[in-house]
Amino acid sequence: MTVAAEHFRYVQQLVMERSAIVLTEDKSYLVDARLAPLARAIGVADVNGVVDHARSRRDPALEQRIVEALTTNETSWFRDTRPFHALEHLVLPALIERKRASRVLRVWSAACSTGQELYSLAILLEEKFPQLRRGWQVELVGTDLNTEMVRRATEGLYSNLEVNRGMPANLLVRYFEKEGAHWRARETVRDRSRFVKLNLVGKWPPMPTFDVVLLRNVLIYFDTKVKTEVLCRVVKQMARGGYMLLGTAETPSGLCPDLVPMPTDGTVVYHLPVG
Amino acid sequence: MKALVVDDSRAMRSILSRILRKVGVEEINEAADGSQAVACLEAGASPDVALVDWNMPVMNGLELVNALRSRKEWRRIAIVMVTTESDQSQMVRALAAGAHEYLIKPFDEGSLIQKLAMLGFQAPSAATGPALAAQGGSH
Ligand SMILES: C[S@@+](CC[C@H](N)C(=O)[O-])C[C@H]1O[C@@H](n2cnc3c(N)ncnc32)[C@H](O)[C@@H]1O
Ligand SMILES: [Mg+2]
Repeated sequence: MTVAAEHFRYVQQLVMERSAIVLTEDKSYLVDARLAPLARAIGVADVNGVVDHARSRRDPALEQRIVEALTTNETSWFRDTRPFHALEHLVLPALIERKRASRVLRVWSAACSTGQELYSLAILLEEKFPQLRRGWQVELVGTDLNTEMVRRATEGLYSNLEVNRGMPANLLVRYFEKEGAHWRARETVRDRSRFVKLNLVGKWPPMPTFDVVLLRNVLIYFDTKVKTEVLCRVVKQMARGGYMLLGTAETPSGLCPDLVPMPTDGTVVYHLPVG
Repeated sequence: MKALVVDDSRAMRSILSRILRKVGVEEINEAADGSQAVACLEAGASPDVALVDWNMPVMNGLELVNALRSRKEWRRIAIVMVTTESDQSQMVRALAAGAHEYLIKPFDEGSLIQKLAMLGFQAPSAATGPALAAQGGSH
């Protein structure tokens, strides 16, 4: 069943209002595919039934589920490799040196999906920066618009297919524990991480400023104006002297003049200067 | 770059070979079990990487890993286990025996490509260096 044109426009507008995700006209196949499971879940015949249901009852919970169904949550461990290389060799050593007096380190994964990004960093800290276990306050925060993603990230339970995607075997056996058919991230991976629901274009809960922000593979879903707004807002949430990493094909050039690009070995890290 | 694909399923061997060709492997040898793999090496094949199934007749994957690690001239071969065995204890055994990486079946193509990249094998166009990734199990 394909979504009727009028229903597509409703979904398009709803998703835009609630998440700023742009669904271009050629994305009606996506609406068909993503809302089909929702139709089964609420017991209506098809995709158009879901939209009818949401419109006639003005059901906010269902509207939220529609929006969430249209987020793309693809992620992997140590995604793209090089950003994690830059974190290990450039960003974290610099921050550890600069913050040796306060001994506080805060990291934000600002569209965390199921948590692989933040937990990859937690594993990197555990492997390469064990000194942070001694007298440092390390806070790793993951946020996402999608309630189910926040729940799954908190749970820290991954399928074989998910651990296949980028988790080195030697780290898998050490930092995870098999539970039935799934792998559970151990306490040492999870104990400094927490996950909270946050809409990048909504109202934010009070948060501290962050030394590292991972804003990866999410701006791509927004239009240019929203991109700029979100980026500038996220930059305001960064500590002076902090660093930002974007997705591989993403660039903030021109969008936020405060950020200084620092090209390093195959990737670009953005620095917010101290002064 | 050269590879050895060891799996008792012919269909799986051809899937693996197709992916290897995609990432620029020029020479691929296939073997249906561990002993065929050993024979292939003794006949002069010199792969850079071996993709090794666990459950195979005659000589299984773990035995093959042990065999590969027992001969000096074979020790430089990078080993990726590709198997339905997904027990943690089995994985630990394979790594301790000298496998570098481990992929659980069923897997998607991208996952294998990523594992190969972690070991430094990749299509020339998409060069990315391994970060934390490939610190092999073979000391
Ligand atoms: C492709 S994933 C990226 C995950 C991870 N950062 C990475 O690079 O692998 C994009 C995530 O952005 C989230 N997202 C989309 N729009 C959002 C918004 N307005 N506010 C917060 N998160 C949003 C989605 O729910 C999804 O989990
Ligand atoms: Mg088999």
